[in-house]
Amino acid sequence: MNQSPLRLLLVDDEAGFTEVLGKRLRRRGITVQVAQSGANALRILRENDFDAAVLDLKMVDMDGIEVLKIFKKMVPGLPVIMLTGHGSEEAARDGLNAGAADYLLKPCDIDELLGKITAAVAAARS
Amino acid sequence: MSDGHYYQSLRRSMVAWVVTVSLAPLLVCAAVLGHQFHTAYRAKVVAHLQELVLKHKQNVDAFLHESSAEMRVLTELAPFSDFTDERRLSALLGTMQKEHGGMFVDLALVGPEGGLLSYAGPFRLGRADYADSSWFKDAKTRDVTISDVFLGLRGLPHFVVTVKCPHDGRDYLVRSTIDFAVFNRLVENIAQGATGQAFIVNAKGELQTTPKKGVQVDVAFLRNKIWNGPGSAAELATDAVAVFNHEDPATGREAVYVVTPLKDGQWALVYQQDVADAFPSLYRARLLALAIVAVGGCGILAAAILLARRMVGRIASADEERDLLNDQVIEAGKLASVGELAAGIAHEINNPVAIMMEEAGWITDILADADFSSAENMTEMHRALDQIRQQGTRCKEITHKLLSFARKTDSRLKELDLNALAAEMAELSDKRARYVNVRIKTNLAPNLPHVAGSPSELQQLLLNLINNAMDAMERNGGDLTIATRLVGDKVELAVSDTGHGIPKAVIGRIFEPFFTTKAVGKGTGLGLSICYGIVKKIGGEITVESAPEQGATFRISLPVAACPEPAADAAATASPS
Repeated sequence: MNQSPLRLLLVDDEAGFTEVLGKRLRRRGITVQVAQSGANALRILRENDFDAAVLDLKMVDMDGIEVLKIFKKMVPGLPVIMLTGHGSEEAARDGLNAGAADYLLKPCDIDELLGKITAAVAAARS
Repeated sequence: MSDGHYYQSLRRSMVAWVVTVSLAPLLVCAAVLGHQFHTAYRAKVVAHLQELVLKHKQNVDAFLHESSAEMRVLTELAPFSDFTDERRLSALLGTMQKEHGGMFVDLALVGPEGGLLSYAGPFRLGRADYADSSWFKDAKTRDVTISDVFLGLRGLPHFVVTVKCPHDGRDYLVRSTIDFAVFNRLVENIAQGATGQAFIVNAKGELQTTPKKGVQVDVAFLRNKIWNGPGSAAELATDAVAVFNHEDPATGREAVYVVTPLKDGQWALVYQQDVADAFPSLYRARLLALAIVAVGGCGILAAAILLARRMVGRIASADEERDLLNDQVIEAGKLASVGELAAGIAHEINNPVAIMMEEAGWITDILADADFSSAENMTEMHRALDQIRQQGTRCKEITHKLLSFARKTDSRLKELDLNALAAEMAELSDKRARYVNVRIKTNLAPNLPHVAGSPSELQQLLLNLINNAMDAMERNGGDLTIATRLVGDKVELAVSDTGHGIPKAVIGRIFEPFFTTKAVGKGTGLGLSICYGIVKKIGGEITVESAPEQGATFRISLPVAACPEPAADAAATASPS
């Protein structure tokens, strides 16, 4: 359906995780830019346009929910998928309340993640 | 052992305290009031006795005075010849007797040497000689003499009134015998109670009147006390009264004595009465007080013992409960800290596992593109990747389970029908049950109140317990019973099996995370920990009973939901999603 590739911002302080997940997503035709910290993510978002973001809930420098709130202020229409290792519905619910489009538990299935991203982007565009 | 000793000493000190605190005021009260009453009552009774004795003393003194006065008048008025002539003497006696009743028994004239000169009266005395009689010797020294009581020639107790009658320069004596019976009656009438009796003693301690029959008189004591001791009758003023107590060594009875002098201190009027008889109300009151103190004391002692026993029982059971609670708190705290630790580990492991799985996924992606010549290697590589993915998924499940055990936040609570849930889970497990030769039975109490809980969590709880039970019976099959009932204000769910049971050594640890008796790879050791977490979270209790080879029963006690709702909705929410 889409001619231009999806531009995705992937935010997680686990370098090993972002590297391999980035490669797998790019392989599936998505333009991925990785941010290793909350501050880094905010800077990248200020300078570039994205169709969606995948954001880890727990990072060393900033709380994922805080980052999400700033994202929503900077780019209100940006669909954000939260990634969480907590296994906690509460943390995820907080994310949804703060404006996240959806959430996924780590470790996640690539196809499931991809499905959620495309669904969120479609919902944001419509 | 030491506990028993502790409670025993506690009980003893409680009894001692209660008895001391309640008995001391009782005793002090009894003693003070008793003393007050004793003093007041005794003073009153003694005053009464003093009055009685004084009144009779006056009577006796009056009697003696009257008799001596009469004699004096007679000797002064009658010519001396009247006394020498026995006929005229009889006439004089007749006149005196007419005026004074039978008081004067006879009348006689005694010569200066003691010889009886003339006599009028009932006795035949002849020419008696009184020269050696003590009364005669006394009478010679005074104008008017009243003798002590003596037997004399006639052999009967009597006393005489003698008046000097000078004639021709010589002292003759006119003598009259006083009727002892009449005199005795004066004193005999002073009697009260059973033992109260008055009598007269002379200076030698000899009785001058006859006390009533049965009245013992301690003559030796009276002589010493009344005539020789300090404050004796001899020292008393004429109208004074002495009161003292004395215990007769012969009879062992204590008596009160009221003494007053008579006849110018030559005699003493003594009133004697047993103390018990003299103060009957005092003794009755004392007896009553003693009885009240005794009965009250016994009552207090019994109540103290009973009370102490009951209170110590309460304390003991409270201590026991507290110990039990302490154990539970320690157990719960241990589980909670283990849970937190587990959650931390789970969280830390989660990220590496995620990376491993992504890397495995990446290799799969690459393999899809690359051209590998050996199909055999290819298959092997795919198998290895599958295995990595599979084991990664297993890790993920473990960490998620761990996190859900440690999770503190509540899932939303709903009211549910435990019966519907139990029936549903029993049905769901039926297939596996038949496979391992287990019969699932349900024994559900009708009209069971709803409980408040998360439907998915309670499903998980039941499934975990059912799976554990079936695992325990996997080898030989058996019966699995799911029962519900209402116990007080709690709903109890019991899952029992007839499997190999839980060894005693491990029964205390089965709710700890990662504790399992199952073979490696078969169980995570988290099932019961999760059950424990679920039950605790909704305010319930989970316990287990088991004996080796006799199966195990898990009992879960859950609080009844605040306001019970119709079952329809709850049953719907209980169905698996």
